[in-house]
Amino acid sequence: MRTRGTLMNRNALLNLRTVSCVLIVAAVTAGCERPPVETLQGGYRGLGMEQVINPRLDAKKAAQNQVPTPIPAAPSGGPPASSVYKNIQVLKDLNVAQFTRVMLAMTQWVAPPEQSCNYCHTSDMASDSRYTKVVARRMLEMVRHVNADWKSHVADTGVTCYTCHRGNAVPRNVWFTDPGRSAESGLIAGNAGKNKPAPAIGLTALPYDPFTRFLLGDANIRVISNDALPDGNRSSIKQTDSTYALMISISQSLGVNCDFCHNTRSFAVWDASTPKRTTAWYGIRMVRDLNNQYLVPLTSHFPSSRLGILGDVAKVNCATCHQGLFKPLYGQSMAKDYPELLGHPSTSDAGSPPPPTAELVTPK
Amino acid sequence: MAEYQNIFTRVQVRAPAYLGVELPRGVWGRQGKGGFSHLLGRFGDAQIGPVYLGTSGLLSLICGFIAFEIIGLNMFASVHWNPVQFVRQLPWLALEPPAPANGLHFPRLQDGGWWLMAGFFLTCSVLLWWLRMYRRARALGMGTHVAWAFLSAIWLMLVLGIIRPVLMGSYGEAVPFGIFPHLDWTAAFSIRYGNLFYNPFHCLSIAFLYGSTLLFAMHGGTILAVSRLGGDRELEQIVDRGTAAERAALFWRWTMGFNATMESIHRWAWWFAVLCPLVGGIGILLTGTVVDNWYLWAVKHHVAPVYPHVFPPVIDPATLSGTPQ
Repeated sequence: MRTRGTLMNRNALLNLRTVSCVLIVAAVTAGCERPPVETLQGGYRGLGMEQVINPRLDAKKAAQNQVPTPIPAAPSGGPPASSVYKNIQVLKDLNVAQFTRVMLAMTQWVAPPEQSCNYCHTSDMASDSRYTKVVARRMLEMVRHVNADWKSHVADTGVTCYTCHRGNAVPRNVWFTDPGRSAESGLIAGNAGKNKPAPAIGLTALPYDPFTRFLLGDANIRVISNDALPDGNRSSIKQTDSTYALMISISQSLGVNCDFCHNTRSFAVWDASTPKRTTAWYGIRMVRDLNNQYLVPLTSHFPSSRLGILGDVAKVNCATCHQGLFKPLYGQSMAKDYPELLGHPSTSDAGSPPPPTAELVTPK
Repeated sequence: MAEYQNIFTRVQVRAPAYLGVELPRGVWGRQGKGGFSHLLGRFGDAQIGPVYLGTSGLLSLICGFIAFEIIGLNMFASVHWNPVQFVRQLPWLALEPPAPANGLHFPRLQDGGWWLMAGFFLTCSVLLWWLRMYRRARALGMGTHVAWAFLSAIWLMLVLGIIRPVLMGSYGEAVPFGIFPHLDWTAAFSIRYGNLFYNPFHCLSIAFLYGSTLLFAMHGGTILAVSRLGGDRELEQIVDRGTAAERAALFWRWTMGFNATMESIHRWAWWFAVLCPLVGGIGILLTGTVVDNWYLWAVKHHVAPVYPHVFPPVIDPATLSGTPQ
């Protein structure tokens, strides 16, 4: 009896060991990415400037980022659209064929299939009674503005509605101001706008809404001193947290590591950085420009169901276009197939910044 | 048949619990009669207790409990008292120090006052525990080495939590109480001050940290390896060197040309462990007060190596005319 009892105990102990081993392995590896993992050297050897690549996940991404077949080009000539249709305010420079082509493309790229043209138009095609039409008009202006005035970021690749929308009425990656919790707290300590797992900041405990501060407002992103010794830079660790959160969000949006742009031995020093940092610098300014000049002014047009909890409009950040890739749609240019959307620097309206010094811009 | 060959044996001998030497003049006696745990005996001594709490120990536990509750209840409140979310989000939750604009004023409780209180009680708790360690060592007629080593760790904690923030003029510089938040703070601290890896005191601290683990492995390995020759009786070997000590010494002289002695290896280990937080604290104390960008400091003093450029020159766009700012 005694021997059997010991044996049973041993079996039970063995089972317990197996179960706990499995549990421990599962707990340790739960957050890991399944191999294969490859690295791609990006800087001088020894600096560890490497991009981590997983071909299995990349294949999945590639499938999600196919460019739709372009609609056959419209012939030039013919009557201008504005002489045939009423209430044309933006696409005045297009002929009827070109104009119809843009409308068709927008229907494919943005409008829900079951609503099609009716998503923006009523039976009176010229009517502005649907808010979606007012928004779509401003978005067309925005696309032309980006293509004409932000070559420092989008180069000649350009953007179309599809870059962000991908067949959705509202792009998948937009953001609203997150007020956190401060109103209800009473004597309970505030969370300083951080310490909440948010996917946009890579599930860190950093500030979960760096966007309001940096991509709507123009708070200073730079916190690191340019001198070895203290020289009046009073940037705090909390400010650094916000900058850090913004940078993590960019890393998440582009699916890249810090050293895609920076040599991490010194985040601040420009001459140790990669040229992509310049592109990103313009990108931050571009997003700020688009939010303030194009999206915020549309706030009153949207129904409350489309607004954030503070009643603010959906805004863009890096993820809106990039969607996890270092270049949206792997850098395949759709805009070249849609000359109607290119626009001219002169046609774009308020909010266009002076063109950057072209020869120093290194678009990639 | 179980073996009993040296003091690192797996055999657990059961005898009446040893209650310890006479207390010369303790305010309190030791509590409990002492019991035995077979499981704990596999890792250390099987005898549990008796314990001595004493005034400083009791006060330390009370202060520690207050700090723990302030931190924990604020975390719990931050997930609206939802126990499931409390467990799920626990690694992210924190009690934050006051905003930088607050400077060194005592803020409202919800604006960092709780953090200051938690920090105060945690500091009291740790210092009282230090006092208890010092007093217990004295009561046993021991040296106070453990207490001073502990004080080195307390030094680093106080530099991070109060001394440096006071020198910088803002409690906002201090570390939040939280699992991920304090790690993110560490990374942000390094970023803000231009990469802490170029801070020579940080370098020293890392050297002592890794050195401690190396010494620990070397010493543990050596003693286990000579225990069959009586090397496990280290103290006897210190005063009366036997073949175990001779062979251990010879082993290291053969492999690396130099050896510590049975006595000095413990001083090596103690100093490495003590110096790790000691120099680390100095490095933190100098950051922001004396040096603002460690990378540029290292460049200035030719510590940071120069690497060839592999990219076309990159210029800060903010310095160009005509760019949006």
